[in-house]
Amino acid sequence: MSKLLILIVIILGAVAIALLMRTYELGKKLSNRKEEEISEKDNNLASKLFILFMIAFFGSFIYLMITYGRCLPPAASEHGKAIDWLLDINFIIIITVFFLTNTLLFVFARVYRRKKGVKAYYYPHNNKLEMIWTVVPAVVLAFIIIFGLKTWNDITSASPKEAIHVELFSEQFKWTARYSGDDNVLGGHDYKLTTDQNQLGLVTTATLDSAIRLMEYGTDDGSVLGIKLMEQKLNDKNLMMIPKDREKLETDLDRKTRLLRLLYQMKGRHDASKDKFAYDDVIETDTLHLIVNKNYEMTFRAKDVIHSAYFPHFRVQMNTVPGLTTRFKFKPVYTTAEMRKIKKDDNFNYVLMCNKICGSAHYKMKMMVVVQTQEEFDTWMKTKKTFGSTFLVQEKGTDTSSDPLTSGKPIEVADTIVLINK
Amino acid sequence: MAAITHDAHNHHDSHGHDHHEEGFVSKYIFSYDHKMISKQYLITAVVMGLVAMLLSILFRIQLAWPGESSDFLSFFLGETWAPNGILKENMYLGLVTIHGTIMVFFLLTGGLSGTFSNLLIPLQIGARDMASGFMNMLSYWMFFVSSVIMLASLFIETGPAMSGWTVYPPLSALPQAVEGSGLGMTLWLISMVLFVASSLLGGINYMVTVINLRTKGMKMSRLPLSVWAFFITAVLGLLSFPVLVSAVLLLIMDKALGTSFYLSDIIVNGEMLENHGGSPILYQHLFWFLGHPEVYIVLLPSLGISSEVIATNSRKPIFGYKAMIGSIMAIGFLSFIVWAHHMFVTGMNPFLGSVFVFTTLLIAIPSAVKVFNYLTTLWKGSIIFTPAMTFSIGMVSSFITGGVTGIILADSALDINVHDTYFVVAHFHVVMGLSAVFGMFAGVYHWFPKMFGKMMNTRLGYVHFWITIVGAYGVFLPMHFVGLAGAPRRYYDYSVYNEFDQGAFNLIFDLNKVITVFAIIAALGQLVFLFNFFYSIFRGPKAPQNPWRANSLEWTTPVEHMHGNWPGELPEVHRWSYDYSKPGADEDFIPQTVPLKEGEEEH
Repeated sequence: MSKLLILIVIILGAVAIALLMRTYELGKKLSNRKEEEISEKDNNLASKLFILFMIAFFGSFIYLMITYGRCLPPAASEHGKAIDWLLDINFIIIITVFFLTNTLLFVFARVYRRKKGVKAYYYPHNNKLEMIWTVVPAVVLAFIIIFGLKTWNDITSASPKEAIHVELFSEQFKWTARYSGDDNVLGGHDYKLTTDQNQLGLVTTATLDSAIRLMEYGTDDGSVLGIKLMEQKLNDKNLMMIPKDREKLETDLDRKTRLLRLLYQMKGRHDASKDKFAYDDVIETDTLHLIVNKNYEMTFRAKDVIHSAYFPHFRVQMNTVPGLTTRFKFKPVYTTAEMRKIKKDDNFNYVLMCNKICGSAHYKMKMMVVVQTQEEFDTWMKTKKTFGSTFLVQEKGTDTSSDPLTSGKPIEVADTIVLINK
Repeated sequence: MAAITHDAHNHHDSHGHDHHEEGFVSKYIFSYDHKMISKQYLITAVVMGLVAMLLSILFRIQLAWPGESSDFLSFFLGETWAPNGILKENMYLGLVTIHGTIMVFFLLTGGLSGTFSNLLIPLQIGARDMASGFMNMLSYWMFFVSSVIMLASLFIETGPAMSGWTVYPPLSALPQAVEGSGLGMTLWLISMVLFVASSLLGGINYMVTVINLRTKGMKMSRLPLSVWAFFITAVLGLLSFPVLVSAVLLLIMDKALGTSFYLSDIIVNGEMLENHGGSPILYQHLFWFLGHPEVYIVLLPSLGISSEVIATNSRKPIFGYKAMIGSIMAIGFLSFIVWAHHMFVTGMNPFLGSVFVFTTLLIAIPSAVKVFNYLTTLWKGSIIFTPAMTFSIGMVSSFITGGVTGIILADSALDINVHDTYFVVAHFHVVMGLSAVFGMFAGVYHWFPKMFGKMMNTRLGYVHFWITIVGAYGVFLPMHFVGLAGAPRRYYDYSVYNEFDQGAFNLIFDLNKVITVFAIIAALGQLVFLFNFFYSIFRGPKAPQNPWRANSLEWTTPVEHMHGNWPGELPEVHRWSYDYSKPGADEDFIPQTVPLKEGEEEH
């Protein structure tokens, strides 16, 4: 009904406009007005409107600048301060240029409107003038480039040795943080080792075995089929399958067989002495905890598509790319409590957002960030379990002997447990 | 070949009286005539632009009133994509993607180059037609088919492409990651391949025509700046569009054949993919190798058109003609070595980033030269505010406004915090959504008499201009501040801010409302244009031969369109096209066909 109404209104509107135009046409014929001849009145009005527009334009710009120009609080990181300073300098330059040239444009539009008896000034070129406005912008730009690159080089240079290593892992649509533990070394990773118990695909002897077992035998509840069961199914002459399902099963089997071969190769090359780097890592999915005034070397990974780790308050942004590890270093300078005082907002929190389109819930992909003092951080860290302890406990809890396929092939976790206890 | 066509035309013209009537199909549909093809381009682009504008209003409604039921949304999107009048998250991304794609490629590339290169190159250089009429026709029809495919992708069950107009893989390669990356993405890719083929056919034609078919006396140094701009634009397109095809081709292979050009180490929806060794960054390099010249493919024709309109209506020669040509060439050249400034935070080597900072900021120099030359052209002019002139002045204003924020974004250190925020969106909309579109409108108002032999209504033109400039700045000026507040683009809503910064949430929310209201006003303003445009085609007053008292050659052709453009001999050119208000002349303009007087110096 409402759609019909809208349609009727549109049609009536069109008819009304057509009638108006008809009267206008007739009127114009009477007054003998020609479209190509702009009357003195119209010309004058247009030039006045440009001045009026300029005032409104500049006015609203200044209003916006004052009201909304400083929405982000001062940078909460060391390099962020340098960025803010550079941004201010650049803004002063470009706002000057913006006002100057726009004013000239609109004022010229008014002043040099057509006037009776005044002929335009034939002025095709002036090499000196043109030289000036080539050289002046070039000099200004040279300064902008020099300051900009200096800041950029400082920001992207290598971290100091004592920097704390933290990894951020991204997937649709959540963030996971991994702390490097007491040794400040992050354990190695490979996506092929990703399982429910090892979401980040860390490489250790036990995770390798676990991934191989999953590939070969699937999960106990049958939600993921292993290679053996798939082969069994395909070879079962009593089992009826529609061709589409069979084809899918065959492709899956092929894919898993190839992946398994890669896993065995990896296992063959694996250096068990590096397991300890991964076992003492701490994985955190809820909030990213950082210590104030410490240098951080953040590395970023992605599981599925490109995401972007964006910390607006620290002036940090880096894409996370599947198949690639990216990095960014920074040093927080205000704790959350301090920033709340600066912002005069007791509910304020730092945040990590996703800033690269990554799917339907892109806009919800975020993680809270807390900057604390060393003591606060240590207290919190004590409540956390290392990857080694959680992973190995879960592995031990899995009773594999009940599965006829896996019986006789329990994984050997004894050695690694000894290593953890050390 | 060109010479043969030439002769054929001459022959044809001399027997003009007994030539047969053309059929409807060969005159209006599969026409070889550049003037008709240009009209076909313009009208197709206007329709595409309207669709893209409507899409933007749909998602702006969601941004201003998130989660609120809207009859408008349910009217256009129905229960599938807007159940109960609330936009679906996936469709939001789809709308954003198709809006961007259509605007950049179909409206601004097809609509500007397609329309004005086709119309003006032969007319302004004094040629009978394009070098190859057949290729020209092919170019339009590929553009048309590609438009249809792009529009069709809006209506399929899984929705259109949903990974942003840049369609970065892996998101665009994996239907498991977002449903639009299935059939929707495939259609997007097919449409783009056809589009590129179309613009290559067009571009080759433009270049060959400019180089070979100039009339007697039309030296390169006498060409109007519009032709120079179209020429360099065609060169840019020819060199950069094929790279987009290669990027797209590899993406198609990754999607369909299981190759790993862009994919590596991915687990999506619980499925472990085998792809290893590809790089998503490679796609970005290839895409932006087109993507950045593309910005100038869009902008240069606008600058060229504005140069013509500003000189004609200031009644002055364009200031610094040679410097203007130099700037166009410098911008064209530099546009090829700046692409990675879109990639400062992708994980690309930071040293590479610094090189691109340097090259990118260099573009500001020729751009500044252009702006100052425009200003000096206005200085001491005798300005007539035709609707085309008002749009050209608006064009210069937005070129400045959009240009200066580019300096912030080109500075890699500053880009870190504004990358992919609304600041970027505001920046490129001021450059492309305002500047390029203003240039296009200026062109339509200025050359409408040449295209259709009728005059558009001037006063409706004024109304259209003022609504558009107020509406457009009303949208994009506040948008800069949304970006500076750190609001990421392509967010369905900003509810996450509730959890950590109420102040920022309120700011974004308020400004988004303001932006949407202005967007709706600006959109309604375009209805004035549409009405004026179509009404004038049929009922506008008949145009005189040279309504704006301009110098360039197109105004020496008869108002009624004819094959071969000029009856009888082609005109001979004796001067540049900017002899306005030349001292010693009787009138304030001297057409290019008028020989130099005794003792008169060329500019």
